[in-house]
Amino acid sequence: MADQSPAAVEFADFSLWYGTFQAIYGVDLAVKEGKITSMIGPSGCGKSTLLRSVNRINERLGYVRTEGHVRVLGHDVYAAENSLVQVRKQVGMVFQRPNVLPLSIRDNILFGHRLHDGGKDAEDALLESALRQVLLWDDVKDRLNRRAQGLSLEQQQKLCIARLLPVKPRILLMDEPCSALDPKGTEAVEELIWELRGAYTILLVTHNMAQARRASEECVFMLMGKLIEHTATDQMFVSPRCPETADYIEGRYG
Amino acid sequence: MFDATPRNLKDARREGLVRILFLLMTALLVLPVLLILGVLVAKGGSALSWDFLFTEPTDGMTAGGLLPALVGTIWLVVIALIVSVPIGIAAALYLSEYAPDNWLTRAINLAIINLAGVPSIVHALFGVGAFVIFFGFGTSILAASFTLAVMTLPVVIVSTREALQAVPQSFREACWNMGATRWQTIRKVVLPNSISGILTGVILEVSRTAGETAPIMFTGAAFFLPFLPESVYDQTMAMSLHLFVVATQVPNVPDNLPFGVALVLIGMVLAMNAISIAFRTWLRRKKKW
Ligand SMILES: Nc1ncnc2c1ncn2[C@@H]1O[C@H](COP(=O)(O)OP(=O)(O)OP(=O)(O)O)[C@@H](O)[C@H]1O
Ligand SMILES: [Mg+2]
Repeated sequence: MADQSPAAVEFADFSLWYGTFQAIYGVDLAVKEGKITSMIGPSGCGKSTLLRSVNRINERLGYVRTEGHVRVLGHDVYAAENSLVQVRKQVGMVFQRPNVLPLSIRDNILFGHRLHDGGKDAEDALLESALRQVLLWDDVKDRLNRRAQGLSLEQQQKLCIARLLPVKPRILLMDEPCSALDPKGTEAVEELIWELRGAYTILLVTHNMAQARRASEECVFMLMGKLIEHTATDQMFVSPRCPETADYIEGRYG
Repeated sequence: MFDATPRNLKDARREGLVRILFLLMTALLVLPVLLILGVLVAKGGSALSWDFLFTEPTDGMTAGGLLPALVGTIWLVVIALIVSVPIGIAAALYLSEYAPDNWLTRAINLAIINLAGVPSIVHALFGVGAFVIFFGFGTSILAASFTLAVMTLPVVIVSTREALQAVPQSFREACWNMGATRWQTIRKVVLPNSISGILTGVILEVSRTAGETAPIMFTGAAFFLPFLPESVYDQTMAMSLHLFVVATQVPNVPDNLPFGVALVLIGMVLAMNAISIAFRTWLRRKKKW
């Protein structure tokens, strides 16, 4: 892959075990800075696991073991000298189900900012710019102090994206961000993800082939814990290199 | 087309029967509670008076009030909670939020659950050995409160842990994911969303602590001591023991006196519960919506 842009996230011979069960087998992958990379593959192939290895959120489970390296912006996130808090500041994650906190819209958006000792003066500006970036400002500007759980699922998911922005992450991990939404919400969030392209490096897990095709520039295909193919999205869907990829794209797996 | 088949009719009859059975069981459950309160009020109501609450017992405990027992129980319960609640909550936080999920944690959890089932008389013996003798507190409010605290600790831990575990994991992930430490997550999200459950557990403990007799009998509660305690090293009377004494140990007690004591004990527990519930409601209100 002779591409000039540096890797924002880089897996080097990365393997992961849940107890004795190996979920990831020696993955090598360079995710290009500023691009949207989608990850596809059948259920249980390790997409979520790989994504969750980048911000080490799997670690709460006491029985996870890893081998190899994950580098974010050139730094190994599993190295002892790198602070997990700083890693997570650079790497935001959006979950499958919108997980807004039981706080007001305002407190949700500013949660990360306040954690990292952001100044009080900056709050209003950050709040507005985060909500504007996710195209939510006009919907909620009159009810910033209302509870966020009262929003529609689509709005909640946008809020979950907006919540990451005030601490200025460089990378956004999204694990099937649209799977809890209706078609209209899916379209809106997809559009939003497309809008964020360039400003952030986005790693997007999806089950929806059409979504991968519409909303990503690069595409990764995984199968049973192994990385099978990684190319430009257009190419993957037109002329996949590996037969397994072709089978999957044409719907020959479940 | 929509006529009920015999099978439908049979199912409907069974449905009605089961429903009535469960309703009866519920009634059976409520009945004793009402009966207890009714009997207490009917038989003990006449004993209640201002003097009953605020004077010392006289005439070999056959007359007068129960002030020393009332005050003694408040001392015992308050000190026991001051000791057990912070320790219990901290331990539950550790077990639920920090401890890795391994055999040691599971063993500790199992031990705590078993400890919660230890009979209170066993705790009493432990209290004598540990607090009265080993730590040299003597038979005193301090020794009795600590014994009560040891007895309530496992229950506080178990109920707190349950309340903590009712907070959705997704809230925690959302916080960690934004770079929050465990403690920041606990303070900003986990505790605010579990505090009412935690308090419910503590409230139940208040009732149990106030009513226990065995653990305090050998460690600090006195049979008859018509003064108010002056320090935690004094012995004291307590409501539960006082009730036992006037009901069974003292001759020529007027009929309504034991029932009056029981009524006050129940009233006291209900009052403490009411305060905690009010506190809980206030905490909930404090959230802005
Ligand atoms: N916490 C866990 N403990 C043990 N095994 C797990 C855990 N999470 C995932 N696994 C296993 O690891 C494998 C990969 O799971 P993962 O969730 O990463 O798959 P996925 O590709 O995201 O699937 P899906 O498309 O269904 O979300 C699966 O076989 C799964 O059973
Ligand atoms: Mg998944």
